[in-house]
Amino acid sequence: MATPGFDETRLSSGPFASYHLDSAFDEMFDAERQPRKHYRALYELLLSLPAEELRRKKQAADISFLHQGITFTVYGRDEGTERIFPHDLLPRIITSAEWQTIEKGLTQRITALNMFLRDIYNEGRCLADGIVPREMVYSCRHFRRQMRGVTAPKNIYVAVMGTDLIRLPDGRFVVLEDNLRVPSGVSYMLTSRQVMKRIFPELFRHTDIRPIDHYPEALLTTLRALAPEGRGEPNIVLLTPGVFNSAYFEHTFLARQMGIELVEGRDLVVHDNVVYMRTTGGLRRVDVIYRRVDDDFIDPLAFRSDSILGVAGLFNAYRAGNVTLANALGTGVADDKALYAYVPKLIKYFLGEDPILDNVETFLLTEPAERQHVLANLNKYVVKAVGESGGYGMLIGPHSSAEQREDFRQRIEADPRNYIAQPTLMLSRAPCFFDGRVEPRHVDLRPYILCGDKVTIVPGGLTRVALRSGSLVVNSSQGGGSKDTWVLQ
Amino acid sequence: MLSRVADSMYWMSRYLERAEHTARVLGVQLNLMLEQDPRSSDRRWLRVLGSLGHPGSVTENSDPFTRAQTYALRVITGGIASARENARQVREQISSEMWEQLNRLFHEVRRMESAGLWQAQPLDFLTVILESSHMVQGVTDSTMNHGEGWQFIQVGRFIERAAAIARLLDVYFHEFPAGQPMDSGEHMEWIGLLRSCTAFEAYCKVYTADLRPERVAEFLLLNNEFPHSVRFAADHLQRSLEAINQAAASKRSPRVAKIAGRLSAGLMFTPLEEVVATLAEFFADIQRQCARIHTAIYEVYITYPVEAAIEA
Repeated sequence: MATPGFDETRLSSGPFASYHLDSAFDEMFDAERQPRKHYRALYELLLSLPAEELRRKKQAADISFLHQGITFTVYGRDEGTERIFPHDLLPRIITSAEWQTIEKGLTQRITALNMFLRDIYNEGRCLADGIVPREMVYSCRHFRRQMRGVTAPKNIYVAVMGTDLIRLPDGRFVVLEDNLRVPSGVSYMLTSRQVMKRIFPELFRHTDIRPIDHYPEALLTTLRALAPEGRGEPNIVLLTPGVFNSAYFEHTFLARQMGIELVEGRDLVVHDNVVYMRTTGGLRRVDVIYRRVDDDFIDPLAFRSDSILGVAGLFNAYRAGNVTLANALGTGVADDKALYAYVPKLIKYFLGEDPILDNVETFLLTEPAERQHVLANLNKYVVKAVGESGGYGMLIGPHSSAEQREDFRQRIEADPRNYIAQPTLMLSRAPCFFDGRVEPRHVDLRPYILCGDKVTIVPGGLTRVALRSGSLVVNSSQGGGSKDTWVLQ
Repeated sequence: MLSRVADSMYWMSRYLERAEHTARVLGVQLNLMLEQDPRSSDRRWLRVLGSLGHPGSVTENSDPFTRAQTYALRVITGGIASARENARQVREQISSEMWEQLNRLFHEVRRMESAGLWQAQPLDFLTVILESSHMVQGVTDSTMNHGEGWQFIQVGRFIERAAAIARLLDVYFHEFPAGQPMDSGEHMEWIGLLRSCTAFEAYCKVYTADLRPERVAEFLLLNNEFPHSVRFAADHLQRSLEAINQAAASKRSPRVAKIAGRLSAGLMFTPLEEVVATLAEFFADIQRQCARIHTAIYEVYITYPVEAAIEA
């Protein structure tokens, strides 16, 4: 049934000429090839603008990213190469009702995960009750036994979480994975919105888009809420591994936006379990460290002794309660990809609620029956190493060679605890702009969840796009890009 | 501000000043070489090596000319690379215009080196260095907030300048003691000294082209208006250190400003006759005081011991 004023033929001409729908959920069009209501304004605009004008907009956006130096670093080559973050011109739009579900679901999730972390590093009730197998927790690479008995301020272990959501063909959002250590990408969310406002002022005027610019302020409020007791106006700093880190741009961006000092490990000293930073005016006490350095490298006395990025004695100062680390150490145990399978049970156990956002079906390869099944059908599954992130250490069954599958078969058999398998998922697709044409590409969504005195989620997130046609991998390190994400009022 | 950041600002500027000074001294000597007795060449290049602070090693067999060229090129290219590396570490603290200028200079030097311009057209090569260095300084002064970071940049520039000029004067007056009749070759050398400090024209405006070693010494040491005189550098050094002292509000730091004040006061109040009577000692003392100021800056602002800072 055609909507009045909507002309079916237009879909097969103009910028949408090569736009095809398939079994994946399409963000812009429904099954009848009608633009969804919340996408209509964008759709009409794309049809009305000459191709030349769209190209000009795309160019203006690219130049803007280049000039702001919005870059990331790709590892695994001879040297870290700095690249401009690829950005797609068209926004990804989410309705108010959809966002409400996401917001509730993520609030529930971070609350349960914080309770879980408190529990495993203290009483261990959920282990005693058999909700999660003990060996699953203790064999996790990111479990930190040094954290046993350490209680984080206000029981908040995870202050900043980035959760990757995907949308299934039936339109439901489900959780693909949580990032509880040092999630990155939020600076791209913020800068991409700035750029979009300049490129599409007409759309912003006529669409009720919820603002996200208050993220740095919300982050600062969250960090302040976690300061050790009795520290009046706390001194908050951002700890970066330094200029060679892939997310250095983001570290400088956030420090500047929050108005806090950007420090490296060598700027901090610990004396009598108190952390200070070296300034020209003498030592200044540090109360909260928003750390973007991994657990392993943060204190050579407590963790890896060959680390030069960290601060000797920091962990003791933390344990003494004289400084807050956000996120706490050892939070990675809860984003282990095998432990992920237990999160729905944990939500039920700690909160007595049913999960609002479901998980993706996950096979634990430590279970012999599940392992046999997956090994026999490797070409159908996505296999992931449990402790990795950023799209490294992954096998995508349908797109793999026999050689790669054999390699993973051996790796799984050698260390089944280190891998999980998930069915190949049809990520939803959203319209993307390629040199005058609009084509669908697979996307996911990473909202950023802040947890201090209360849970804050700025309405939006980083929509990552697999820019290669047909590709399902959205990670920036693997040729992915990003889109601005609009949540409507 | 963070000590690490102050440290990087200081060295960024100090390395750049060193590269610029070296390029100027070398350029002047290459020019003089064209019209001078080749027999005095070795002596002159040994003097250049001395004035650039070459440690001097007995193992080197090459002739002084080659040695001076190699050494100066290393100071120039190494200085620019180090200045850029320091800037990179604090890229967020300096203006993007500064970073762009410095980065461009670095890449330009690399390009010129690989294109062999240094061997083919050394004077063109040096001109690029001098012009770009001036450009970086101008951009720094006009685009960066003149706060604590900028003051550390000033400190790096002027401490390097004061020490380098004192060393240059030291070497010249050692070789051509004042008060002796001057031949035409020697006349050229004094012009060379002034040019090495961009001072020839400025000198002529004050004293006319009548060159006398005492006046050269007076001008390069004690003139308070000329940017490449020791006194000018010392005054600015002291002013910046006082501003840093205020900004950092450190309890121990008057010490640094005091040491810098003594250098400045010595240049301001020592009578000319006394300076001339004890030239060599005077030059050596300036260099010693610069080294002491450097050490004091480090002790107070950058690498102070934790225990001392806790008690304070």
